Order: sequence, then C-alpha cells, then structure tokens
Amino acid sequence: MDAAPVSAPLLDIRDLFVRFRTDAGVVHAVNGLNLSLRRGKSLGFVGETGAGKTTAALAALQLIQSPPGEMTGEIFFEGQDVMKMTEPEKRALRGGKIAMIFQDPMSSLNPIMTVEEQIMEMVSLHSAGAGARERAREMLTLVGIRPERGKDYPHQLSGGMRQRVGIAIALACEPSLLIADEPTTALDVTIQAQVIDLIKKLQSEVRTSLLLITHDLGVVAEICDEVAIMYAGRLVEAADLRKLYKKPLHPYTQGLFDAVPRLDADPDEKLAVISGLTPDPTDLPKGCSFSPRCPNVRDLCRERSCGMREHEPGHFVDCHFPMQDRNAANRGDGQ
Amino acid sequence: MDKVVAKSGFARGNSLWRYTFIRLRRNYLAMIGLAVILVLILAAVFAERIAPYGYATQDYAMIRKPPSARHLLGTDEFGRDVLSRLIYGSRVSLQVGFIAVSIALAAGGTIGAVAGYFGGAVDNLLMRIMDVQLAIPTILLAIVISSVLGPGLFNLMIAVGITAIPRFARLMRASVLSVKNTEFIEAARAMGASHTRVILLYIMPNCMAPLIVQATINVANAILFAATLSFLGLGVQPPYPEWGGMLSAARPYLRGNAYLSVFPGLAIMITIVALNCVGDGLRDALDPKQKR
Amino acid sequence: MSEREVLLDVRNLKKYFKVHQGILHAVDDVSLTISKGRTLGLVGESGCGKSTLGRLVIGLLEATAGEVFFKGSNVFALDEKGKSGFRRDAQIVFQDPFSSLNPRMSVFQLIAEPLLINRVCRGRREVGARVMELMDTVGLAERLVTSFPHELDGGRRQRIGVARALALNPDFIVLDEPVSALDVCIQAQILNLLGDLKKEYGYTYLFISHNLSVVRYVSDEVAVMYLGQVVERSGNRVLFQDPLHPYTQALLSAVPTVDLDREKKRVILEGDVPSPVDPPPGCRFAPRCVRRGERCTLESPLLSEVKPGHFAACHFA
Repeated sequence: MDAAPVSAPLLDIRDLFVRFRTDAGVVHAVNGLNLSLRRGKSLGFVGETGAGKTTAALAALQLIQSPPGEMTGEIFFEGQDVMKMTEPEKRALRGGKIAMIFQDPMSSLNPIMTVEEQIMEMVSLHSAGAGARERAREMLTLVGIRPERGKDYPHQLSGGMRQRVGIAIALACEPSLLIADEPTTALDVTIQAQVIDLIKKLQSEVRTSLLLITHDLGVVAEICDEVAIMYAGRLVEAADLRKLYKKPLHPYTQGLFDAVPRLDADPDEKLAVISGLTPDPTDLPKGCSFSPRCPNVRDLCRERSCGMREHEPGHFVDCHFPMQDRNAANRGDGQ
Repeated sequence: MDKVVAKSGFARGNSLWRYTFIRLRRNYLAMIGLAVILVLILAAVFAERIAPYGYATQDYAMIRKPPSARHLLGTDEFGRDVLSRLIYGSRVSLQVGFIAVSIALAAGGTIGAVAGYFGGAVDNLLMRIMDVQLAIPTILLAIVISSVLGPGLFNLMIAVGITAIPRFARLMRASVLSVKNTEFIEAARAMGASHTRVILLYIMPNCMAPLIVQATINVANAILFAATLSFLGLGVQPPYPEWGGMLSAARPYLRGNAYLSVFPGLAIMITIVALNCVGDGLRDALDPKQKR
Repeated sequence: MSEREVLLDVRNLKKYFKVHQGILHAVDDVSLTISKGRTLGLVGESGCGKSTLGRLVIGLLEATAGEVFFKGSNVFALDEKGKSGFRRDAQIVFQDPFSSLNPRMSVFQLIAEPLLINRVCRGRREVGARVMELMDTVGLAERLVTSFPHELDGGRRQRIGVARALALNPDFIVLDEPVSALDVCIQAQILNLLGDLKKEYGYTYLFISHNLSVVRYVSDEVAVMYLGQVVERSGNRVLFQDPLHPYTQALLSAVPTVDLDREKKRVILEGDVPSPVDPPPGCRFAPRCVRRGERCTLESPLLSEVKPGHFAACHFA
C-alpha cells in the first residue's frame, strides 16, 4: 500500500451498512453511509436520536460488537482499509490515531484513578518510553487545567473540568482524528461555551481533524467547517457550513432549522414542526426514508430514493426535489 | 386496588412481564429447569398415583436390594421402595422450599420496603434487628427455632423461612432506595398519592425483579437447609420420607449400598440445579438492559 | 401588564438543605409574581435552585422561610381542605419523560392516577371518558391507551406527563425543563402543544429551563437565577435585547446560534459555578464577574428596579 496522496481524505467511509439483530427484528442503524473527512478539517455530523451517528463513529473505530451487529462496506483511514486490519492494528488505531471524547465526562473516566494517571495510561499504551508524566502535565496545561490538579480524582472536578480531562486524554497521543460524541450536551451553557472555545483553540493549534457528532446545529456553527446531516442511517445533505446554513436543500434540514427556537425570533410565532416521527429502524419506509414526513413529497419519492448527488458545486443532497429558495419556506410565513 | 384500573388498564396484562417471559423462553437452560421443576411438582401432587408402592410399605424379602425391575431404584434397610419414597419425599422438599421462601419473601420484603421508604429511625431500628439476626450463625438459629417449636414439617418451614428473612429485607431495602428517588415517585406525591398507594403501586412493582430472582435461588437453599435439619433429626419425623432424611438414614450403608445415598442426593442436586437455571434465566430476562 | 390579577406571589422564599459540608442555600430569598394567564420563564444553570423553587411553589418541598400566596391566600397556612384544593390547582410536568412515568403502568393508568387519587370522577365510566378526553387534548392517539411507557418515544411520553398535569383542571402548571430531554423536532411539537393549551385554557405557567432560546420562545416574563438568587427579571423582549446583569449578558452570549451572520461579542465566563454551600457574603456572581469592583465582594446587591419593569441585582447595572 503506497502512501496516500495529500489530497486523499483522512477518513473515507464508503457504502457503510450496520445492522443489529434484536428481539424486535433487524435494526437498520446505518444504511449506505458515504462520508469523507479531509485532513485538518472539522466535520459536524448532525442528526436526531437514533439517526445512527454514534453507530457510524463506532464502526469507524471497529467497535461494533458482533453479534448482534453486522457490518458491510469500506472504511479507509489514512488510505488503509480499517475493516481488513488485524486486532492489534485496530487497537493501535483506537486512542492512537483516532481518539474519542464522550458525552458524559463522569462515566467515561475511571473513578479510582487520578486524572494524571489516566492521561499517563493513555500515553504509555500507545508510545513506549518515559516522559509520560511530563506529557500528562503538558496536556493538562493545554486544556486549561493547572497541572497540580492532576493529582485529583474525577469526582473532585466539576463537569466542565472533567470534559477538559476527557479532551486531554483524547489528544495525549496526538491523534490524526478526534471523534467527539456530543461533547457539550451534558454541560451548562457557560461551561459549554468554554469547552467550545477550547476545542476551537486546540483545532488551530494541534491541527487534528475533528468529527463532531451532535444534535445541536448551533454548536456545529461555532466549531465546524463542513456539515453532514444524517437521517435514518444515511446522509441526506452534506456541504460547507456556510453553504448549508445559508441554503439548506433537503426538506429535513430545512425542518431542523425551523424547529430550533431562536433568540431573535418573534415569540408569538409558532415553531414550524416536521410532522410525524423518525422512522422505526426495524421497518424503514420504501423509497426515500423521509418521504412519510416530507411536506413536498411526490409519488417518485415513495418509489425510490434519489441518492446523493451534487446539486450545486460542493453541495450534496439526497432529494429528488431540493428546496429552491430558503425564503419561500421560511418561518416568516407563519407555520 | 381500584376496579376501574383493574378493568380497563390491565386489559393487556402487564406487558413488562410478558416481555420477560418471551425473553425467558429463549434461554433453553432456564426452560429445561422450568420443565424439571414442573415434573417435580406434578410428581409431588400425584404421588399416590405415580409411586409404585406406598412410602411406608415394607417388603421384608427385599431389604437393601440394589435397583432391579421390581424396585427401580432399589430398597432401603426396611425393605421400602426408594423410588416411591423419593416421590413422596418431593412433597416435603418442595413444600419446605417454596413455603419457607414465601415466608421469608413476605416478611423480609415488607420489612425492607418499610425501612427503605421511610428511612431514618425506622430504617435504623429494623435493619439493626436484621443485622443482629445475621450475626447468629444460620444453622444455630434454625436449630434453636426448631427445638423451641418442636420437630415437624410446619415448624421446619417456619424455621427455614425465618433464617432467610434478613437476606430479603436487605435486598428489598436496597432496591427501594434506588427506586425511591426516581421522578415518578415524586410525580405520584405531586398528585397527592398516599404512602400506602406509593408503596403498593409505585415502589413494590418496580422492586420485584431482584427479589424474584433471589427467591428462586433461595428455594434451592431452603431445600438444602431443610435436608440439613432433617439430617440432624429436627425435620420431618419418620416414617414420612424427606430427601435430606433419606440421605441421613443411608449414611451407615454408604460402603455397601451406595445407591441408597446416591439417589436422594441426585434428587436434591437436580432440583437445585434446575432452580438455579431458572433463577439465572429470570435475572437475565428481567434486566431491561438486556433487550438485545 | 401589571393590571392583571396576580395568581402566584412568592415572597422572600428560602430553602436550605443541611449537607455534610455545611448549609446548602438552594433557594435564597427569592421573590416573584406571576400574573394569571402569563408564563414566567425561569432560567439558570444546573444547581442554581430553579427546580427547587419550582417544587417549593407547588408545595412538593417545604420551605425554610418565606411565603407563597396563591390566589391571594398563603399556601403554607392552608387547612387540609384548602391544601387538597391547592394541590389540584397547581400541577407539575417533570423534565425526564423516561423516569417520571411508572414503568409498570399503562397509559390509561398513568393518566387516570390523578383522577383516582383525588376522587374527582364518579364511577369508572367517567374516569374512562375523562382519560380519553385528556389524551385527545394532548394529541395522543386513542389506540395507545393500553401501551406502556417503554413502548413510546420521548415526545409521546412527555404528552402523557402533560395530560396527567391537566387531569385535575389546574390553573397553574410548573413546567420543569419539559423539553430538555427531547430532540429538536419533538421539542418543537411539545412547545407548540404547551402554547396551544395556554391559549385555549388560559393556564399560567412557570417554565423552568436552562435553554435560553426555549425560554425566549415561551415566556412573557423572564427571571434569571444564579446560585439560589434571582439576579435579573423583566419582560421577555427587554431582557433579551437589553440585559443588565453581567451574568445574563454572559449567558446570552454563550448560546450557540445557527445564525452565521449574527455578530456576537462573546463574554466567556472564567471558572465554574461555585458551590452553594455556605456562600460568602457579597454578590454571588462576583468571583466570575468581568465588572466586579471592591463593593461587590463586601455587599450583596439587592434586586431593584433599574428601569420600569426591569429588575436587576447588580451594583453597576
């Protein structure tokens, strides 16, 4: 395998399917996901609960348990097919080249080890040699915690500090990809702002690529360069942050934007609501999976889905009839 | 509690229990265990019909004879059919097992629920009493109770039951403590529900899972314990058969007629293994996290 | 605004908890009023005492000191009959629709519980009819009547929570973070439902949330809490356009927004919310405040009317 060309994506997921066999039937968690992330970029991976965001990330780390999970497709990381790696290679990948930050900083830290020890553990797992303690101190300083606090146990730290420690652990081995799964959801607004600032700062300093999994479009707007919207296990729209936020093409994306209450909106207006519920992953609708809830649905949509296509340069959408003009469907027109 | 609720709300049965059963059915070990227990219960109920001989019928020509066509599992030192005695014996063993555990479950469950729900001084008083009981060796306690009450089946069940109370009380209390602070209890209080209503409709149903599992495992313990007491001569009185008693009576003949101890031993073992399988299966099936 | 009849009047309410380290000042000298048919949004970060306050005003918790007047009568001094009437008039919807519903009860039982407990219906037919009516009101399909909570999604579960609160025809409902456990689309559905109910039946809400955008959307008036105290209170529009207290300003600037063009001056607060156990004298916000002066650490600012109808507790407002 020769070295990947510079422009090749860092992470390239092609046609990924993940299913789980359960008592209730086969859960189609990820259905033909195509996603690529370029080196040094940050991608916001947005979707509602059950859209398959976390499952896709776990698949990239090869952490899907089988059984009950089944996985098909290709996942290339730095040009290498992750699916074909041996178990030791996969272990070296996790935490080493790809690191992860979790939603709940309390339950992802070991309660009986000091913060410093946990960072040192991560360092010594992936790189031989001394200097682990120095590295741990360095990391704590980097995330804005005084190194003396390294002797503390997780319960002695506040929620925001714990999430900083989680970030320090994740970045300790200088990963080329950082996967952050709802890193600020469990935090208060002012603490969330601190963590967002930290992630932004680190991104420019460490140059790690970032895959940010979240349901919060606001957080994505603060951190990311690119956005991918996921619905029922596949992408419905992907583009540059600015392009997508300025002009969402998929009716689901539009619906998501309209459902968010805004600070500057007129409170007497009603929120526009996408009717219905996300589809049952054991029983996905035929055709476009959004068709039962889509305001612009036509017969074609119920027969087959469109497939991802480049509607405008750099703006991909999976819809037969993309939204033409944002203002036409804007919340300004009432419901 | 309320007829209205009973009639309209329970129409479809408690579906959590239904899911539990569906999951239990997938666990073949548990299902085998359940089948074995069912067979044992049937044998106990229809002992008169099934047993080839009476439990005290003596055949003087056949004393301590090994298994044969006439006596499938052989005969004991009085010429009584071992198979028949095992079948009659299952009555006592199962009764002791289930009733003793029911006593422990009812008393321990109530004590634990009250202690856990009210907390504070009530909790302290009740749990310290339980601690005192736990400090006395179980076997000693059972012997004391049995000797005070006198030998006999009913007293045996009470003795075995009482010794198991603290275990259930502690489990129930722990379980209540974990449920007590959930939001739905607070919601019930916000609606103005009384303490009795909260305990009966909100706390108890949500605490039963670990207790039921503990109960199945404890039935096995109780049978063993009853066997121990019978072995010591405190249990059921001869000539009525009981597995532990049979084991004890067979002891002098261990060298020459090993089958006399093997068969009651096997009966006890099979019952306990079956109950443990069901208990394990129930524990897995009742755990909502194991939905996969 | 002020001519409306005052439904709930909270005066100098305090709630202290004894904890290992000392005395936790969960709610410390809070005064509020809510007029009939209005929604007061109560904003604050976790641990600021907003949920405790919500539970105090409907009598789920006993206050350490202070008074709550509901429809003009002191709630803490009610006799048994008055208390049961108050309990019917003041209801609560909880945050987490996954833990606030008894998992062993069907939808029917859950909604019927308040009716049965308070014996407001005669006979089971009346209970049945009322349950169906309530399900219809909150938009739950009739076929779900025998379902159990674990079979339903978060939105439907929260609808059960709302139906249960409406069962006794209350005047006043405390909504304790009713949408924070829900996805945006479901959140919008529930917010619209709450808005419709208010319009149709004239309910008065105390809407507790940490989410400023949601509070902005539902409230008529807003109160901001920090460490057990109300630091700012005013009409909805005013507070969001012209926040006076530095904490409110920081809070507003910290909200991530989807609007890329909205220029923002970010005020990032240093440090964490300090512990509410035995707070030091002076302004509670002083250690994190960008505007703090010497006076702030010595003297605790009182909530005072800085502009007409706009109250703030800051020496420099």
